[in-house]
Amino acid sequence: MTAVEDRAATDAPTPEIGKARRRKEDARLITGETTWTDNMVLPGMLHLAVVRSPAAHARITNLDVSAVREAPGVIAVFTGRDLAEEQGSIPCAWPVTPDMVNPGHPSIAVDQVNHVGEAVAVIVARSKVAAQDAVELADVDYEPLPVVLDMEEAVRDGADLVHDHLESNTSYHFVFDAGEMGTGGDTEQAFADADVVVSRRLIQQRLIPAFMEPRSVVVQPQGDNYTMWSATQIPHILRVMASMVTGIPEHKLRVVAPDVGGGFGGKLQVNPEEILCLLIARRLGKPVKWTETRSESLMTAHHGRDQIQYVDIAADRDGSIKGLRVRLLADMGAYLRLITPGVPALGAFMYPGIYKIPAYHFECDGVFTNKVPTDAYRGAGRPEATFAIERIMDELAVELDMDPLELRRKNWINADEFPFTTVAGLAYDSGDYETATQQALELLGYDELRAEQRRRRESNDPVQLGIGISTFTEMCGLAPSRVLGSLSFGAGGWEHASIRMLPTGKVEVVTGSTPHGQGHETAWSQLVADSLGVPFEDVEVLHGDTAISSRGLDTYGSRSLVVGGSAVVKAADKVIAKARKIAAHLLEASEDDLEFSGGKFSVRGTPGTGLGIQEIALAIFAAHDYPEGIEPSIDADATFDPENFSFPHGTHLCAMEVDTETGFVKIRKYACVDDVGTIVNPLIVEGQVHGGLAQGIAQALYEEAIYDADGNLTTGTFVDYLVPSANDLPHFDTGNTVHSAPGNPIGAKGVGEAGCIASTPAVVNAALDAVRHLGVTDIRMPLTPERVWRALHGGGDGGDRVAEGSNAYGGARTTESGYEEAEQ
Amino acid sequence: MTRISVRVDGTSYDDDVEPRTLLVHYLREQLGKVGTVVGCDTSNCGACTVHLDGEAVKSCTVLAVQADGAEVTTIEGIAGDDGLHPMQKAFHEMHGLQCGYCTPGMIMASIDLVKENPEPSEAEVREGIEGNLCRCTGYQNIVRAVRSAAAEMRGSGGNGHVAPAEVDTAAAPHVVGQA
Ligand code: FES
Ligand code: FES
Repeated sequence: MTAVEDRAATDAPTPEIGKARRRKEDARLITGETTWTDNMVLPGMLHLAVVRSPAAHARITNLDVSAVREAPGVIAVFTGRDLAEEQGSIPCAWPVTPDMVNPGHPSIAVDQVNHVGEAVAVIVARSKVAAQDAVELADVDYEPLPVVLDMEEAVRDGADLVHDHLESNTSYHFVFDAGEMGTGGDTEQAFADADVVVSRRLIQQRLIPAFMEPRSVVVQPQGDNYTMWSATQIPHILRVMASMVTGIPEHKLRVVAPDVGGGFGGKLQVNPEEILCLLIARRLGKPVKWTETRSESLMTAHHGRDQIQYVDIAADRDGSIKGLRVRLLADMGAYLRLITPGVPALGAFMYPGIYKIPAYHFECDGVFTNKVPTDAYRGAGRPEATFAIERIMDELAVELDMDPLELRRKNWINADEFPFTTVAGLAYDSGDYETATQQALELLGYDELRAEQRRRRESNDPVQLGIGISTFTEMCGLAPSRVLGSLSFGAGGWEHASIRMLPTGKVEVVTGSTPHGQGHETAWSQLVADSLGVPFEDVEVLHGDTAISSRGLDTYGSRSLVVGGSAVVKAADKVIAKARKIAAHLLEASEDDLEFSGGKFSVRGTPGTGLGIQEIALAIFAAHDYPEGIEPSIDADATFDPENFSFPHGTHLCAMEVDTETGFVKIRKYACVDDVGTIVNPLIVEGQVHGGLAQGIAQALYEEAIYDADGNLTTGTFVDYLVPSANDLPHFDTGNTVHSAPGNPIGAKGVGEAGCIASTPAVVNAALDAVRHLGVTDIRMPLTPERVWRALHGGGDGGDRVAEGSNAYGGARTTESGYEEAEQ
Repeated sequence: MTRISVRVDGTSYDDDVEPRTLLVHYLREQLGKVGTVVGCDTSNCGACTVHLDGEAVKSCTVLAVQADGAEVTTIEGIAGDDGLHPMQKAFHEMHGLQCGYCTPGMIMASIDLVKENPEPSEAEVREGIEGNLCRCTGYQNIVRAVRSAAAEMRGSGGNGHVAPAEVDTAAAPHVVGQA
């Protein structure tokens, strides 16, 4: 039992932890009383619009903005040259190898553009409409350069270069070899000795995070102080980085993330536009605002995934895995942004999945292309890795003529083997894959569906049924600072919290972990209510403003509860320790004789009497009577830096119907059982899983960022980039097993990314399971009807021919019956 | 500039607008009704949904001048004297929102849906809110919320097709094992 469970069990009449509390934050969100950045209006505020490059790779030979200057309402125009001296470079905080090549990333292009959408001029006007109107008046000439889009081409000798001052398009070559690291055997030898080797080239298509709230920035200068409001996941990191980039001293810069409408990694960024807003506000001494359009967002906010994976697995005939070899090409886009190069490197540690693999070799090239940079997207590296291992496990099962579940069972880590150090050197903390799998099979109704699958196969039904399995784990709770340091990550992994006891007994909790929809205000209130024994309603959680929460490392990598929540619990323990001294003094008792229960200190043996912690808060505010040598405060600060990552795990199962005549696929049933450790709020946990499933299924079935041969993003609006609607997604049957994480006082493991990581391979494995007997060995994601049809009728994975089209899905939607023809 | 008269959330306004001004921008920028938000520029996301003379419209596809003489209701105007609208309550109860950005539009669209179809099935809700995108929730709890609000709006007891057990699923997720 963890410390919190212990307290919860013995102290509070009804523990908050585990309760499906309705969220505190909903009140403002359901009434429209929200503070989105774009709602901000400041006196004299000016509006920015960005002139963006229509060319993917070109020299700017002429840039004439004189007509823009004359346009009604326009106050100023800035080109890259105007800001060249002061604009610095968008920071990259993750040099994964010592010799990684970083070409630098200007916020606004100076002489050359390297992807479509790159800023070439910024217009400042009195209204947003005036600024946008004037964009058309910029006269820019581009001298085209060869466009580099295909990673496999880009790494060939003699390839055209994205950055012609560099020697190649390779930014870095990262290698992890278990043999060399001492965490596994010799991979080459393992492959030589194995009975079978299965190899696949898998494509992780480029995705767009597509948060619903477009990015928005407001900067207000006051003398040499600046306040920046931004729709960001990372106000604290942004403040440090923006200060370094612009030279505005950190203590003169306040960053506020008010209500933020989703992020999914897409707002884990230092955006060129944030820097431009700061620079221009400084130049003009006036408040400025920039809010992107959706097409700007899809085109210029960073993308995710985009890897080619060459995966080889070696095994003996009985199914025991001997070795795993992975080679990646990872598309960096044209520049390195905040953690661009780190995403594939983070994934490197997760390819072995939940399996006992004796030998492992990983290598990865970060490749420059003329596309918008990639960076974190929900799961960041781990969905890609999980996809690869779970797909190749199915392929190996086919090769060995084994049941895919039996193959997994034969190789996975058993419940009694935890903690288990993997071939990638990670120490998995706790879990039970068998139990989670059993529960998931029951939830799905596995046996009946297998029987139906057989029937459909035997009768040659045009609609075939498949069942896809994905068993997974992930590394969450980023992370031990020391480990991040050893991976060359530019920041630590701790989190900070303060608890401020107000005189009336109310409690302000300040967290450095800034939410954007995860319900921190509610979950943190539950933690504090149990820890301090105060009512849930008496707790207020403050976040997202560097003037209020001075230190923090923000929200990503499912770290909030595991690290940030643990910091809160630690701070609460300190508050209790301080209050105990005051209580002992006021009750004229020895500290050792006091017990703390239900928010009250009482002398042992006299429960029900005593002094409440909320009363102590008032007593210490008045400060009339407190012990010598003690500060009159019971407030506390705490920082938590975990010793290890946490490792949620689970089993996801997808039953899918594939219409062999039309290529339409339809999820018949989706069931999953996740172990995310202690569940503080089951409502929030379930919601996080649902949202993650939607995103992972979307990768499998709907979404792909497509560039045409000239480097134009042809999926540049929500018409072409298919974020699924309610009608495109199934009902999910979800469940949990609970194995508390031993590495933090809450026992939480992290839940934000699980659904997204596990669902993609489950869905693709299901589709392949449905049609494998018809000769299909792979289908490229997203599984559009055309790709599926081509894979069935034309051989191959149905991939390349479709990728050339401008719209991967042809505008078709799955109807209720599931098999409507494409509209175009 | 064109002069328009509209009633928004029960208050009358006479304003000059540029003919090209979209209703959503008029609401946000001229009236300060910032509860209605913009999520796209192609009328795909539904974040901007309001009621125009009682019908759900995407306010980014309506010109402000088209609302001349009309009655507009936004998320800020649906709560009654006795508190939140049942749809607002249901979104809260069923955890039908996370970041909340899609929520005003989703609630407005759902109210209209239930007006048209007081007892929608799960499939009917899914189809009915197809024009509103949510990136956070995976929709399942939104669907629950809409069906629960529909039951509430029919009058509690009503036909009772949202069984309590179904509604309660969100409150007590299926916890199947314990360490
Ligand atoms: S903003 Fe109106 S539909 Fe997207
Ligand atoms: S709750 Fe975030 S978009 Fe719907």
